[in-house]
Order: sequence, then structure tokens, then C-alpha cells
Amino acid sequence: MAATDPDKALPRVKDRRRFLAGIARTACGVGIAGLLLGLLARQGGARPAWAIRPPGAGEEADFAGACVRCGLCVRDCPYNTLRLAELGTPVATGTPYFVARDIPCEMCEDIPCVVACPTGALDHGLTEIEKARMGVAVLVGQEDCLNYLGLRCDVCYRVCPLIDKAIKLEKQHNMRTGAHALFIPTVNSEQCTGCGKCEKSCVLEKAAIRVLPTELAKGELGAHYRLGWEEREKHGGPLLPDIIDLPDRMPGVAQ
Amino acid sequence: MTDNVPSASRGLLARNKWLLLRRASQLGFLALFLAGPLTGIWIVKGTLASSLTLGVLPLTDPYMLLQSVFAANLPATTALVGAAILLATYALIGGRVYCSWVCPINIVTDASHWLSSRFDIPKGWQPKRSLRHWILGMTLAASAVTGAIVWELVNPITLLYRGVLYGVGLAWAVVLAVFLFDLFVSRRGWCGHLCPVGAFYGLVGRFALLRVNAASRAACDDCMDCYAVCPEPHVITPALKGAEKGHGSVILSSDCSNCGRCIDVCDRKVFEFSSRFAQATERSPQPHRKAA
Repeated sequence: MAATDPDKALPRVKDRRRFLAGIARTACGVGIAGLLLGLLARQGGARPAWAIRPPGAGEEADFAGACVRCGLCVRDCPYNTLRLAELGTPVATGTPYFVARDIPCEMCEDIPCVVACPTGALDHGLTEIEKARMGVAVLVGQEDCLNYLGLRCDVCYRVCPLIDKAIKLEKQHNMRTGAHALFIPTVNSEQCTGCGKCEKSCVLEKAAIRVLPTELAKGELGAHYRLGWEEREKHGGPLLPDIIDLPDRMPGVAQ
Repeated sequence: MTDNVPSASRGLLARNKWLLLRRASQLGFLALFLAGPLTGIWIVKGTLASSLTLGVLPLTDPYMLLQSVFAANLPATTALVGAAILLATYALIGGRVYCSWVCPINIVTDASHWLSSRFDIPKGWQPKRSLRHWILGMTLAASAVTGAIVWELVNPITLLYRGVLYGVGLAWAVVLAVFLFDLFVSRRGWCGHLCPVGAFYGLVGRFALLRVNAASRAACDDCMDCYAVCPEPHVITPALKGAEKGHGSVILSSDCSNCGRCIDVCDRKVFEFSSRFAQATERSPQPHRKAA
């Protein structure tokens, strides 16, 4: 470097400084824009519970990276169930969803929405609609459900495309009358596709049964839990043979 | 602007030929998409992000798909084929043909530019052209970090298309923001300096065959009309004025969007569309300059 010649060195240093400052300015400006976009993306991942994704949509985080928001699934839905989220609504903009209480999924056998998806955001491996898991129906409004009140509404049960599999009526004693039965609509989460027909047809002003995202609807046992009766069945008998049966201690009886 | 003598020699149509064709093309694409929902005749389904034409031809925006890949997602074959078709097309005819012949936002920013020059509104903020490449890189990085297709959250192009085709929501506000940004904050700012979609297609069309050629550059009379009308005026200089430096007459910069406005406005008929390998028809330089 021509450090001996200050007249030549100085402008070069200035140029370099200006160049680096320019780069830093651009990088910072663009970085801030990127941060805002990233935050927006994170926020968009928080899907409201009433917005149900079409069949075959994976985890919400994966869906945001796979769906290009083209709306081809919306176009091929024969029942106008699906819609694209408009800008300014709580659902990530441009992504497809449906509201069960408005128009539920009719569970087409050929699943046209999945077939239409160009990117595979709706998993093309899903070929049987009964295997779709859009969410899980939960009877959240027990206090108002007519069947819980001892009446025979049964509508959610009757409309369920997987009647007696996804929703069963389980008999309980009616404590109020003392003489009748309650027919409790009971959802089997392993069978329920989350189509939302039960929620749509619930006769109450506001549905007592609603489809919720699976992660909201279900609990989970600790991985170390073993249910004794299941283990016993698997084993085909008691796991500990010859278990010592101690005598029961009865009150008031001298041992 | 074109108060030079010979402009009367060409009619209004001739002076706006490519502009009118472009508007027809931009609106035509929108009409193709709109025909389905409006009339029930389905020619093209979907949006510019991804579409299906006549039930057979899949097309997918390669930039969108690239973000998806950066978001650690492997797209299905349909999308990959669709993106490959578009990539090949734009690589051939010029990437930024998308900007000037397809993109609906171009109409918005052109309107903004028309107003801004009409009322002599100051140019405002003029960042470097390279800023859009930074933004392009940023969207890919942000996609990788968040696992989402981030530019889709704000992309006015697809927001506008989705708004028109599926329900508008607040999409109009974003389009209005782009219009006002170009009008008051930065003239030609959005398409020329910020939009990463244009930056991406510019890179795709780097070696495109279809180019604008200043074929009769010897006839140029320095009226500057082409510079005034060009959205990326820096691309003109090497081709138009580079004869002495040995530059060819073809505009090779990937920033050129092949909009053809220079062809329209030039009364000397200097410009024409040609292949990138074309030569100037170097006539002997004629004293075309206006008499002093």
C-alpha cells in the first residue's frame, strides 16, 4: 500500500469507508425488513381453532412452507367448502381453510382438493378420505347438549359419515329422572376425520360439538405409562405369576 | 415530453404500440384467470403462484417454489414440472418479460410513474439497483429460518391476483401502498429497486435470447426520450452510446424488462426487438442531430 503517499492513500481509505458503510447500511436495512417478515411468518403460524385445514395438510409449520397459496384446492372443492384466507383475517394470508359451522367437508371419495394440490402441501399419499385427520370433534358444550339433558337429539351421531365408529352413543343412567337413560355422543378420536358435519348440524344456536385441531383436542399419556389391564391382555395372563395373595384385614376382627 | 419535430409523423397508435400490447397482455392474463369464476368457462385455474391451464398444463412460480425449498420442503412433481416450464420459458424470452407483460403491479407502478412525472413530484429515495438482490437473498434466508414462504405474506402481485379471484380482504391496501410508495417515496422504487420477484426473474433471464436492440443507433439524435420513458434507464447507455467503446447494440442487461417503451417513443426508430446475437445495422453516422 502506498502509505508513504498520503495524497493517494487518503481517497482510497475514504472510498473503502464509504463502500463498507454502504454495505452495512443495506445489510442492516434489509435485515430489519427480514426480521419483520420473519415475525410476520411466525405470527401467521398461529392458526385460530375454528379454521380447519383441508384433508392431507400436515403440521401447521410444514404447511406454511409447502403451500404456495394458489387456490387450486379451493377451485376443485365441489361443495365450496374451502376458501383462501384473505389479508387481514387471523388465518395466514392466502392459505386454504374451512369453517365447519359454515360448510363442512363432505369427504369426497376421490379427494379432489388433494389431487389438485400442485406442491404436495396436501399430502398426495392420502387416498382414503377416512384416513384424513383434519381435526377432532369434541363435545365441548356438555351443559347444553340435548342428549346430555336426557333428550334424544342424536343429530351429530346420525350425520356422522362414520356413524358408530367416529361417534357412538353411550348409555348412562339419568340421575335426574332416576328412570331413564342418557345417550351420550362420544367421539373416538382414532376414527374421527374432523370433517365437521356434526358441528354443522348441531341444532343448538351455537354448536355443542366442535371440531378442534388435534393438538388442542387430545391429551397424551406419559410415555412410561402402562395400563395394567392392557399389559395383562397382551401377556395373556397376569404378568407376575404366583403373586402372593395376602389375607385381607377386616375391621374388628382379631388377626 | 415528445415535443420533437417528427413525432407528428407517427400516429398515437404507432407511438404506443408496445405499451398497448403489454397492457392487453397483462389484462389478458388476468382475464384468463377470471373467466372461470365469472363465466364458468375454466381456461386457467389458480393464480400466478401456481396454475393449471386447460386441465393439462401446470405452471408454478419458480421463485415461490425456491422459497418453499429453502423452507425445507420437497415439492411434489407437478410443482417441479410447472416451475421448470416457466424457468425455461423465461430463460429464453427474458426473465423480466414477467414484469412488463404479466405482472399486474406493473400497471399500478406505471400509473404512479405517469402521475409523478406529470406533476413533477420529486424522485425521492433512489437506493442502489442491487438492493433488490439483497432483498431476494433476505427472503430466501428468512424462508430457511422460519420454515415459511415469507415473501407470500406481503407479495403484492399474488395478493392482487388472489384478491381479484378469491376475495379481496385488505389486499387493496397493499396495492395502494405500492402505488403511493412509488408516487411519493421513491419514483420507480418498487419494481426498480425493491421487488425480489423482478430481481429473481432478472437473474433467470440473464442469457435470454429475446432482447431490445438499438440497431439503428447511428440515427440517434440524443433527444433522450428513451431515457425518460425507460424504467431502468441505465441499461440503455452501453447499447446506444457504446459504439466507440466496442459495445454491441443489443441491450444485454438483465435489468431490461423487454417492455418495448423505447421502441415506441423513438422517432428515429433506433430500437427494435431482436435476438441477443444481432448486430447493429451500422449505417454510416449521419448528421441527424438537429441543426443548432
